[in-house]
Formats: sequence, structure tokens, C-alpha cells
Amino acid sequence: MNYAGIDIGSRTIEVVVVNDYSDIICSLQADTGFDPIAEALKLFYAVEERGIKYESIMATGYGRNLFEIAYANLDPVSNSKKLNLTANCSAITEIKAHARGVAAFFPNAATILDIGGQDSKAIALNKNGRVKKFEMNDRCAAGTGKFLEIMARTLGFTIDDFGKEALLAQNDLTINSMCTVFAESEVTSLIAKGSDRREIAKGLHISVMKRAVSMINRIRAEQYSDLIVFTGGVAKNECMVKLISEKLCCDVLVPDNPQMIGALGAALIALEQQTCKTSKLYG
Amino acid sequence: MSDYTQMWRDLGLNLEAHDMLLNVLGNAYKDIYLSQKNRPEGMGYFDFVMSEVHGLRIKELIDEKAQGRKIIGSYCVFVPEEIALAANATLVGLCSGADFAIEEVEKYLPRNTCSLIKSAFGFKLGKVCPYLESADMVVGENTCDGKKKAYESLGSLITNLYVMDLPQMKSEQGKALLKGEYYRFKEAVEKLTGVKITGTSLKNAIKTVNAKRSAIHRLSELRKADPSPISGLDALLANQVFFYDNPARFTESVNKICDELEKRIQDKQGAVPAKTPRILLSGCPMAVPNWKLPWIIETSGAVIVGEESCVGERGTRNLVDESIFNLLHNAGDGVNESSIDDNQIIDKMMDAITDRYFKVDCAIFTPNQERLNHIVEMAQNYKADGVIHYSLQFCQPYIMESIPVDKVLEDKNIPTLRIETDYGMEDAGQLKTRVQAFIEQLG
Ligand code: SF4
Ligand code: SF4
Repeated sequence: MNYAGIDIGSRTIEVVVVNDYSDIICSLQADTGFDPIAEALKLFYAVEERGIKYESIMATGYGRNLFEIAYANLDPVSNSKKLNLTANCSAITEIKAHARGVAAFFPNAATILDIGGQDSKAIALNKNGRVKKFEMNDRCAAGTGKFLEIMARTLGFTIDDFGKEALLAQNDLTINSMCTVFAESEVTSLIAKGSDRREIAKGLHISVMKRAVSMINRIRAEQYSDLIVFTGGVAKNECMVKLISEKLCCDVLVPDNPQMIGALGAALIALEQQTCKTSKLYG
Repeated sequence: MSDYTQMWRDLGLNLEAHDMLLNVLGNAYKDIYLSQKNRPEGMGYFDFVMSEVHGLRIKELIDEKAQGRKIIGSYCVFVPEEIALAANATLVGLCSGADFAIEEVEKYLPRNTCSLIKSAFGFKLGKVCPYLESADMVVGENTCDGKKKAYESLGSLITNLYVMDLPQMKSEQGKALLKGEYYRFKEAVEKLTGVKITGTSLKNAIKTVNAKRSAIHRLSELRKADPSPISGLDALLANQVFFYDNPARFTESVNKICDELEKRIQDKQGAVPAKTPRILLSGCPMAVPNWKLPWIIETSGAVIVGEESCVGERGTRNLVDESIFNLLHNAGDGVNESSIDDNQIIDKMMDAITDRYFKVDCAIFTPNQERLNHIVEMAQNYKADGVIHYSLQFCQPYIMESIPVDKVLEDKNIPTLRIETDYGMEDAGQLKTRVQAFIEQLG
């Protein structure tokens, strides 16, 4: 049997399907767009088109509860051809999902930093990979992927190049505002003053790094190992990884596909819940 | 429901704004309270109280006024109800649990003021609170800096505002200050009502309020059972209605629910399934209709088993020592109002009252180790799996204290989640994620 995990974030949606042996047999991604539920369902259509079946779905990410409700209320007539409506769908938070997903690749990870589109979080794990403590950014976008995206745009970089360009800066430059709105005007006035774009970019990365590091420090005291794993879209940013690792004086590991970790963790938990049920039945 | 429009108009309420408020309140109550499953039947009483919170109860107060009683409004659990009752006055809590007239409010208060204070102003400026408008005296108190300074401005809006000073330290001097302030309050109330407090009237008042607190203690005790026989939301409501209802009727209704809950416990029947994760909620007061966080917690698969809050155990803990009444009997009939003996007896009762209130461990006190001890004690007594500490945004005393609270609980291996929020709903999604993740962590 197979099990699906879906991570509905503010920027992207990922679906991962695993089999009974926890192997990933399918992994897909799409932009969230304006209608997250419709996009999420499209990903499942795509899974089905590949002939892949799944027993259950575990949803995570900010859209998890909405998806759970929407899935339970799908119109059977218009969907039965495209979707397996007998799969049962439940939801867990992205915190639990990331903890599980990271454990699959790095069983010794003690700390997770996850920076996504609108959230950033630091998670402390205990030895058996369970969540011990976590911190989340408050309601504003400061320190999240959204912040970096807006700033990249203001500076005329693409989000993919933003980190690379920042790494090329000769000097550090300090950005004082953490608030997206104020930082944007600070950046605009730095551009007007003729400051180097890469240096401004580096300064912005440093300010996000500081926030992430202080979040990590709040939960990391007395952790049994140094190992930090960085997930979420922002983990693809080389400059951010380098800055955080330098500041904390330890390696920061990034999984191959850091955006898939939440969906993978959700799929693995779906699998484990099923196994747990079955063993209760027969054991 | 009867038509109270004329009554509201006479009170000077802004009818249009008031309709709006009642509408919001009614909908919130329906969505949050009436949608709950397995509620005790006795909650029907509180449903009725809430549906008539601006109606029948206000009419009762107006009728009391017509018979010469006075109404006193209060914003803090340090204002002793015993003194009001003994002098033929009724004390009501002024809830301040919703945002109202925000733009108007910001003409008086800086934006970074806590929601509770803003709400107190909003209700006044929006002319939507019939309790506030029917009060003959409104008592403010020098607790946090926010309130202290806010009362200076509130005084320009409420002509009958009385400000009570409060100590900041639990020292002998602090206690003397509190007793002195309670005497000053006693005189002010006596002047307001024209009724002199006697040994007998104060004794009866102490008994009435103690009975009300004892009923809540009984309710709290029953929440130690697993499965919890009542939801945290429902228990919170009882604690909230504590501040408005007629004291004797309230006591009776809570005791009736307790009878029912005892039966439920015998039958192993709960408001939630057994082994549901249990949460102790600790922090700032939760006034009607500020149900946001408890609602998020209880719709995320947990049950709240206690409130370490002024609308909760911090506010109701400890009775006024009644052993003092023996003196009264020994002194004879105690009805001899003008005798020196009666004054001495009153003084002893004032001491007992002061002793009781002086133990309230509000975060405005320094140091405040008692509160940390109480939180740990409550978490253990109510068998909580975790503690959620709730601070209103910009509430310096409770936000500051949340850090030592977190530490002391961590030392005891009790998982803790710190939440900072306000009355707005914009952060509901994020709060839900945090709370759900915390509950997953406990499971
Ligand atoms: S928290 Fe402090 S100031 Fe507020 S009601 Fe309680 S005792 Fe009064
Ligand atoms: S919530 Fe905090 S800031 Fe607001 S009135 Fe109470 S003690 Fe003061």
C-alpha cells in the first residue's frame, strides 16, 4: 500500500507518496496560486494519472485544515474518475511533519530550522526524534521567505540568484529594520545613496540570519547534539546557510530537496498510523 | 426575549452600535459555545444568562436601583465585593473583552496599549455597555502602569470614577496600604449608598461571597477527573459570569452543575473522551467575549482543566477567614451597631478581608514567586499535560513574567507554550498551528 503526504504552504504545495517500505515513489510540486485547494487537488489528479494509488492522505502546512474539510466534502460525481475518494484524510502541523521528515534523512538531528514562505520556525527534537520545544515567528513576515522575496524584487534580483549575489558582496552592510515595510524603504534609500546592491543583499541576509539564530538559541539550550538541519524554501539559499553556520559555529545540513520535507514527513506519519492500526488489529 | 430597547435608550446607549455588539456576541456564542458536544445540562442556565446578559440582568440592576441599591462597576479582582454588598450595593465586573470603537480609542490611548484597557475605553466611547452606564460608581485601581495612566484619561469620560491605590510588594507596609485603601473604599461606598456597614451586614456579605467562591472551588475540584466532565470553555464561562450575576443565584446554579458533574464522573462520562490531552491555561484575565484562545485549544483536540487567571483560580482562590465570626457571637448579638465592640469586630473582618485579597498573586507584584509556585501546583493538581501561558500583547507584567514561568515549568519537565495575542482574529490561523503542534508534542 502507498501513503500520501501533502504540504500546503503559502508559496508552494508538495505531494509525496511513499510505499510500505518508506520509499518515495512519487513527489510533485506546484505553486500555491490563488486557490490552494484546487491546486492541491490537481496534484492528486497528477498522482492518479501516473497510476499510483494511495491508502490515506496526511495534510500539513497552513492549508491543512481547509484541505481536510474540502477533501471530506468532495463531490463524488465529478471527482470519482480523477481521484480515489476512499482514501481517508487527516491533518498534522508542519512542525510534527518536519520533525518526521528530517528524521528520515538525518536520524541524529537535534535541531531543525524551517523557513518557508510566511513562517519560520525552530524545532528542538529529543533523541527519538520527537518534538521537544518549538518557536515560531509572530504574525509579521519579517524573517521569512516572503521578506527575502520582496527584498530581492526591490533590488532587482531573482529569488534564485539572491543568495548567490549576496555571497559576492565585498563588505557587510547593516540593515536596521526588520519590518518588511520599513526595510523596503531603507533599501530604497540605500539604492538612492548609491550603495552596492550585493552589499545591501548581504545586509538583508544577515538580518534574517540574526532572527533565525536567536530563534534557534531560544530552543537549543542543552540539546544533545549540535546537528542542525535546515528545511523549507529558504534552505536553498546558499548565503543563508553559510551565514547561519558561521554564526552558530557548526554545520548546517540541507536535505537534497528541502521543500519536500514536510510532505515526506506527513506521508511517513500516514504510513506509521496505518501500521499502528493494523498491528493493533492483529497484534 | 423581551424588548429592552427603551431601557437601553434610557441608559444612554448608542442603540445602533449596541445592536452590532449584541449581534457579534450572539454569533460568537453560537459558534463557540452552542456548537460544543456533551455539555452538562446545567449549562442551560449560563446559556440563558448570556442570552440575557444585556437584558434581564440589566433590568434586575435597574430594579435594584429603583429600590435604593447602588451599582458599582469594577475592573479588577482587588475590589472587594464584600464591602459593596455590606453597604447595600451590587458589584459588577466590567468585562472589556472585545475591541470596540478602535479609532476613537486611539485618540486617548497609544496604539501599544493592551486590548483590555483599549476595550474598557471602547465600551465607554462607543456607549455600548449597559453595566458601565448603569453604574453609580466605577472603581479603577493602580495595578499595571497601563491601567494607572489610563484611568487618568478615563476620568474625563466617567464622572463617577473612583481610583483605588494598591501595593506593589507583599510587605507589612503593603498590607497596611491595602487595608487603608479598603477602609477608604468602605467610606466611599457608605457615602454613595447612605448605608453604614455593620458587623452583621459585613458578616453576611463575607458569607455570600465565600459561598460563591466555594461553589467555584467545588467546580474546579471536579475538573480534576479524567475524562473532564466539563469543557474548559464552559468552566471559563462560569468564571466569567461570576462577575455579573446575582451572587446567591450564581452559587446555587454552579452547585447544581456540580451535582450533575459528580454524577457524570461516577458514570465515567466526560465532555471529552478519556485521555484527551489536558491543558492548564495561565496568564492574563479572559473577559467576555474573549474566548479566542480557549476555543482554539479545545477545537484542536485538548481540554482545558484549569485557568490560572483572575477570571479563574487566581481571582477566586482563598476564602475570607470566617473564624472571626465566633468573636461576633461571643460579643453578644453583634447587632448593636453603635457600640465600640462592633467597630472592633468590623476591624477584625477588614483584616480578614485584607488578608484574603493580599494573597492574590497578580503579576503587578514584585517579587511574585507565589504565582510561579501556584502554576506548578495547579499543573500537578489538575494533572495537566502541558501549560499554555497567555499574555495580551503589550501587557508588560505578564509577558515579562512568562519567561520565569516557562523556566520553572521546564525545570519540572512540564511542557509549556507561550502565546502573545490580542482580541483580533487575524492571527487565529497561526495560533492554531502553534497550539496544534503543542498538543501533538504532548500526545
Ligand atoms: S491581572 Fe492584576 S490588575 Fe488584572 S484583574 Fe487581575 S489582579 Fe487586577
Ligand atoms: S492585561 Fe496587563 S497591561 Fe492589560 S490591564 Fe491587565 S495587567 Fe495591565
